[in-house]
Amino acid sequence: MEVIFLLIAISIIAALGFLAAFLWAVRSGQYDDDKTPAMRILFDDKQSTETNK
Amino acid sequence: MEKETFRYDNTIVRKFAFATMAFGIIGMLVGLTAALQMVDPMFNFLTPWLTFGRIRPLHTNAVIFAFVGNGIFMGVYYSLQRLLKTRMWSDVLSNINFWGWQLIILSAVVTLPFGITTGKEYAELEWWIDIAIALVWVVFGLNMFMTILNRRERHLYVAIWFYIATFVTVAMLHIVNSFELPVSFLKSYSWYAGVQDALVQWWYGHNAVAFFLTTPYLGLMYYFIPKAANRPVYSYRLSIVHFWALIFIYIWAGPHHLLYTALPEWAQNIGVVFSFMLIAPSWGGMLNGLLTLRGAWDRVRESAVLKFMVVAVTCYGMSTFEGPMMSLKNVNAIAHFTDWVVAHVHIGGLGWNGFMTFGILYYLVPKLWNTKLYSTKLSDFHFWIGTLGIIFYALPLYWAGFTQSLMWKEFTAEGFLAYPNFLETVTQIKPMYAARAFGGSIYIVGVIAMLYNLIMTMKQGSFQKEEEASALPLAKDYEAHKGEGWHRAIERRPVQMLVFSLVAVAIGGAIEIIPTMLIDSNVPTIASVKPYTPLELEGRDIYIREGCYNCHSQMIRPFRSETERYGEYSKAGEFVYDHPFQWGSKRTGPDLHRIGAKYSDSWHYNHMLDPGSMSPGTIMPSYPWLFDSELNTDLTPNKIRAMQTLGVPYAEGYDQIAVEELTYQAELIAKNLEKDGIQVIPNTEIIALIAYLQRLGTDIKVKDGQAAMVTN
Repeated sequence: MEVIFLLIAISIIAALGFLAAFLWAVRSGQYDDDKTPAMRILFDDKQSTETNK
Repeated sequence: MEKETFRYDNTIVRKFAFATMAFGIIGMLVGLTAALQMVDPMFNFLTPWLTFGRIRPLHTNAVIFAFVGNGIFMGVYYSLQRLLKTRMWSDVLSNINFWGWQLIILSAVVTLPFGITTGKEYAELEWWIDIAIALVWVVFGLNMFMTILNRRERHLYVAIWFYIATFVTVAMLHIVNSFELPVSFLKSYSWYAGVQDALVQWWYGHNAVAFFLTTPYLGLMYYFIPKAANRPVYSYRLSIVHFWALIFIYIWAGPHHLLYTALPEWAQNIGVVFSFMLIAPSWGGMLNGLLTLRGAWDRVRESAVLKFMVVAVTCYGMSTFEGPMMSLKNVNAIAHFTDWVVAHVHIGGLGWNGFMTFGILYYLVPKLWNTKLYSTKLSDFHFWIGTLGIIFYALPLYWAGFTQSLMWKEFTAEGFLAYPNFLETVTQIKPMYAARAFGGSIYIVGVIAMLYNLIMTMKQGSFQKEEEASALPLAKDYEAHKGEGWHRAIERRPVQMLVFSLVAVAIGGAIEIIPTMLIDSNVPTIASVKPYTPLELEGRDIYIREGCYNCHSQMIRPFRSETERYGEYSKAGEFVYDHPFQWGSKRTGPDLHRIGAKYSDSWHYNHMLDPGSMSPGTIMPSYPWLFDSELNTDLTPNKIRAMQTLGVPYAEGYDQIAVEELTYQAELIAKNLEKDGIQVIPNTEIIALIAYLQRLGTDIKVKDGQAAMVTN
């Protein structure tokens, strides 16, 4: 059954990696705005080229 | 700051779209062939290559890794470029990803039907294909991360988080589970044995569902549903919360595949608790997808894309409710080993992955070819016949699963099994198998309609290879200070660094730790359990080659209904020499762990030649080719040496006399058969298989008293 400790260790490493990624995301302001990202993806690039020039 | 103009690469999306369509239909047709064999085994057309045990792995590999796999790449390569406002980092890597992946699929097609398999469910591909998968997967990841690094949009949309989690976790799972020792180019043994192998396998198997069939498709859902409905996702905040909750919980749920087995109780219970918690994040995603359509349901009526996606997300909701329920031990006691599980995975496969893929194809093809869908009537037809197909597929199997499980567990008032003959429980549900094959067929009819519709759409449009777009480059947060340390530079790229270091640590750690720690643990804990003889080992390899584990388990659970039927329940210590484990996950036929010494050699001989002669009405195919082919003993010494490397205690130099021992035992069996009037050449494969079957589970059965002396 020793392998279970290996799996737990690997899973914890993965979880810590995800935790660090999560902390980075929060601290770097990825989640400061939870409204516009959902809207932004709806705009196709062509339109924005036309209007912004 | 100047606006930059750049081009999206559409050709790579088109390539993956073609591959998705082609392998979808192929994988499903292989599945239909397998389903028809459950009605009548003659649908193997009397060839070894098409027999259920060999093509069921081909079906699962084709639909998971070829159909869904190409579907993932198609959706990711399309959406990632647009979400990040940049072309894929490297066209070369994109193409290596594409052609590499198709070569891997081709390798599966030319190995699995020929019985070249590792014998581990959903990870059947041999060692050199495993290496290729790892390499191509890393190419995909590198291309994705470099694209992320070169993005023009600072915010990473939630879909991208799902893609990242997919890449990292699948890499980790695949590498850890694929540790195997090659004996030859076409044969390898799992590094792990018995319980250890089972645990690693289902840690992989469960998380493959989580991170290959679920997270990438949730990412695609978060891109394509809002795009198709032209509305923002219902709650962006919910999408973020459920993403992090999902990936933190999913990875601990694997042991629910091994409830009531020889796995330690505490590990089983951890699996149950985490599986149950999974309802919350799963339904968070499901509701978020459906509620995105609030106030836009009229569009669902008109849009083929949305119709398919709504049913896909609904199926996701159903199977992620069902999954946690089936992980409860009392429900699992009924569901495990039955067709309920098959119905469950097909709600996910046909409904969630299938319908989501169809929706994305109906969205992408008109867009990439600058035209409208050729026929909405035809897509409506596909939608309805596909939905009916799912229902006709799943309902009969739910029925079959319940019926069979109840029959297995039924006792008479006198305390005997009500259906002592396993076959009775099979013939009872045969009509359900026929209904399932019908459901699958009409689902395929829908797919054919889609292929025609999409090809006609392509014909009437013109494909746009490159799509021009422009955006501002990413503003630098700050200029690098003069003389800043290397660490400052890393700090600005933390995600990428973390992910790469995580992969590096996991690979390095695994390579170092696994071999050293596992060999010691293969020391027997039950004194009477001995390594297989060379002939039994060869027989076991035939058992693996023919894919017997696809229909027969080798794991008797500690229930009275099972110990009455099969014998003493299975102990962890009995499997220490099993590289790989062969516990199986489905009982289309009876459990075989205590089959040894239960019937005569001649019974097995006749049964393998013509199962119907021993069990009238059976749906087991016959295996005439085992009676013609000579057992190849060229590799036997290598196999013994490989087993020694893996810690199996054969005496020093045993490989030298292995073939001699093998011949001796084969002649004994041949003589035994002769007593029953069967003339057989001792060096045929059937002799080896009989030797293995007669050995199964006898180590502790022979000496009943010794079962009490188990030290573990």
